[in-house]
Amino acid sequence: MIRGAPPGKPPAPAEGGLGWLGRLYLIAVFLVLYAPIGYLFLFSFNEGGQMVRFTGWTLEWYRAIADDKRLIAIALTTVLIALLSSAAATAVGTLGAIGLYELRRRTRDVLLVLNNVHLVSSDVVIGASFLLLFTALGLRLGFTSVLLSHIAFSIPIVVLMVLPKLYEMPPTLLDAARDLGAGPLDVLRRVILPYISPGVLAGFFMALTYSLDDFAVTFFVTGSGFSTLSVEIYSRARRGISLEINALSVLLFIVTLLFAAGYAVISRHGAKIRGVFVRR
Amino acid sequence: MGTALRWLLFVPYGAWLLIFVLLPLGLVVVTSLRDIDGAWTLANYERFLTPTYLAMAGTSVGYAFLITVITLAVAYPAAYLLTRTRQKAFWLIFLILPSWVNLLLKTYAFLGLLALHGPVNALFLAAGLPERPLLFTDFSFLLVSIYIFIPFMILPIFNAIEEIPPGLIEAARDLGAGRWDVFRRVIWPLSLDGVRAGVQAVFIPALSLFMITRLIAGNRVITLGTAIEEHFLVTQDWGMGATIAVMLVVMMAAVMAVVGRKGERT
Repeated sequence: MIRGAPPGKPPAPAEGGLGWLGRLYLIAVFLVLYAPIGYLFLFSFNEGGQMVRFTGWTLEWYRAIADDKRLIAIALTTVLIALLSSAAATAVGTLGAIGLYELRRRTRDVLLVLNNVHLVSSDVVIGASFLLLFTALGLRLGFTSVLLSHIAFSIPIVVLMVLPKLYEMPPTLLDAARDLGAGPLDVLRRVILPYISPGVLAGFFMALTYSLDDFAVTFFVTGSGFSTLSVEIYSRARRGISLEINALSVLLFIVTLLFAAGYAVISRHGAKIRGVFVRR
Repeated sequence: MGTALRWLLFVPYGAWLLIFVLLPLGLVVVTSLRDIDGAWTLANYERFLTPTYLAMAGTSVGYAFLITVITLAVAYPAAYLLTRTRQKAFWLIFLILPSWVNLLLKTYAFLGLLALHGPVNALFLAAGLPERPLLFTDFSFLLVSIYIFIPFMILPIFNAIEEIPPGLIEAARDLGAGRWDVFRRVIWPLSLDGVRAGVQAVFIPALSLFMITRLIAGNRVITLGTAIEEHFLVTQDWGMGATIAVMLVVMMAAVMAVVGRKGERT
């Protein structure tokens, strides 16, 4: 997974900054990183209908998406699956993390290795193994199998986001609550959950991005007649160029940006939001 | 916390561990040991050891190795330079932003970029080279994979270099080390954890991602991932598919054992 910069470090004044050669190299790398994306986005406005020669501006492909009922239905299903799976994974993962936190160290380490199996193994293997699982259980492939898979591969990341918060929590806090007469359920609801809620929120958003972004695992367990956005994009792209895909990529990027902005706002006002998670 | 409550909390998570982690892994191993009629056999593994499959696995590992090495060569200087920039946060956001575009869409963009009369060929023409078909070649597979993995290599290396205490570098300088010595004897060894994490983050997907090969390399490049997908979803030979999956997991474990001794999980 992509980690951000380590927080809380002042930017060390690098002596002299970058030389012109270094600057040139960085700019070249960033140009290469952005060129394909810019190209992809630009051609969503291409009148010509192909992704090679830009002949003129049009919004035709965006209109085509607006008229594409099948695509809109798939997009809504994708969002529904993402929301349901992240909510379920967050619930299971958070409780699981609390359970792990209370275990003895050795048992916990063993279970954590198992927890991380899906995080380190490859999507293809996860997809294939889930296909075997659903076949063995006799479950028909479709909405349910995709939803269960997304819950399953999102749980470990929620656990990893919540566990550090639990370790951060001063044990005296729990003792104090107990001394003041809080029962186990009160301790959980009024002390632990509020304390770890930033981790829970981060886990929920990570699970959302996992679900929205996943292609490989979903591809194995969709069966026929059911599709998520990335599976649909794949099957269209395999048929060749369609500038509707380009327009779709622009729309998805805008949604992603809004989404990230939303997360930034929510996590900044975390203190207020905590009330949402744990109502008394 | 009360014992009863604790166990109650742990039930869904424990069920997940059993049903969605242990059981699927077990099923992969069991399936790899059965033939089409469901009888126990080692035939799938024998088939994996025939020249056809060994060559496929070898090529896949070779490609993954090449992709990893080139990605590292491009990414390391970039990561190092990024730590020396003044507006680090700004550059970092710019680095992470492309990873928000779905991998399939980025791959799809290359269908246009690498087209016969597309921009990359226009560059060739401008350089006085003839146009050539670029799509559905091993070149296109390498190019697109490297493009997609570069940010995944830069980030862990960047983090590792950032975590080096500036005092160490100053001390080295005070003791008379030149720029090259500082790099070779201080920065490089201390950034190795990041390199390990980056290598893991690139090598494993490079072995197993099947959509890049399918979309951009046609049937020219078969990786282990492509072979698994093909056996499971096209030819329906699940036993062989599961065998390749087992071998892929073994190889990934080997890579992590070699590379990731101290490396952090990505």
